[in-house]
Amino acid sequence: MRNVLCLISGLLFGLGLAISNMINPAKIVGFLDITGDWDPSLAFVMGGAVCVTALTFRSILKRSAPIFDDSFHLPSKVDLDTKLIVGAGIFGIGWAVSGLCPGPAIASIGFLDQKLLIFVVALLTGSLIGKIIVSKNNSS
Amino acid sequence: MENFTPLSSAVGGILIGLAATMLLLNQGRIAGISNIVGGLFETNENERVWRLLFLAGLIIGSLAYVFFGQHAPEVNMNPFKLSDNNQILFMILGGLLVGLGSQIGSGCTSGHGVCGLGRFSMRSLIAVITFMLTAGTTVFFIRILTGA
Repeated sequence: MRNVLCLISGLLFGLGLAISNMINPAKIVGFLDITGDWDPSLAFVMGGAVCVTALTFRSILKRSAPIFDDSFHLPSKVDLDTKLIVGAGIFGIGWAVSGLCPGPAIASIGFLDQKLLIFVVALLTGSLIGKIIVSKNNSS
Repeated sequence: MENFTPLSSAVGGILIGLAATMLLLNQGRIAGISNIVGGLFETNENERVWRLLFLAGLIIGSLAYVFFGQHAPEVNMNPFKLSDNNQILFMILGGLLVGLGSQIGSGCTSGHGVCGLGRFSMRSLIAVITFMLTAGTTVFFIRILTGA
């Protein structure tokens, strides 16, 4: 049951990305292109999603544990460090250059577009390098 | 604003929010795709199984919509109208930076945007503002350079 529900969560997420057309890089660039032919759609996607999470997360986190685990796995950091700003800054540049972020990129793998698959390989490579940098940073 | 689609965007967003709600309620996890992808490199078997299941759902969900939907969604992989070689270069550069940045900055559009803002996290708010600013600036300069 636990695994089925996990798969369904992913399904809903993928469906949401497709319905909102966030799998279309031109739509992302259209949102970022404020001085051009601006398309505010992405703000409605994020807004719609945050409306739901802001309503539901609070009551879920009042529970002592999730349904299928002993405890919640939440980010523990609260301080605003340089890594957060630098990382987010780098992320934004890559997002703009490609019109893709991890969710839509993975959700589009099934379409077998050659350019997208190149992006996914680069994404995995960059993630691995990033993880190595972060772990080196934490141990030193 | 001829491409503006407020209704389908809000509906899609609500589904994404429900997906994140289910994942937190059932598994106790944050639906941040960069974190889910990054964790695939973990050696712990339990860590990998739920991540692979979620990502499989992600792929099937969007594939199902495109195949069974009333009309196929428009997808333009080349918004800057680049040559084939330049587009491949942009895809490699973009993928590397998105992977690198999301691991260093502990999240992406879903982790910081959808879930972090829903938890009223100050770190996520700062991250979202930062990547929106650098992304907007980058598009501005690419438009100038490419003349598109």
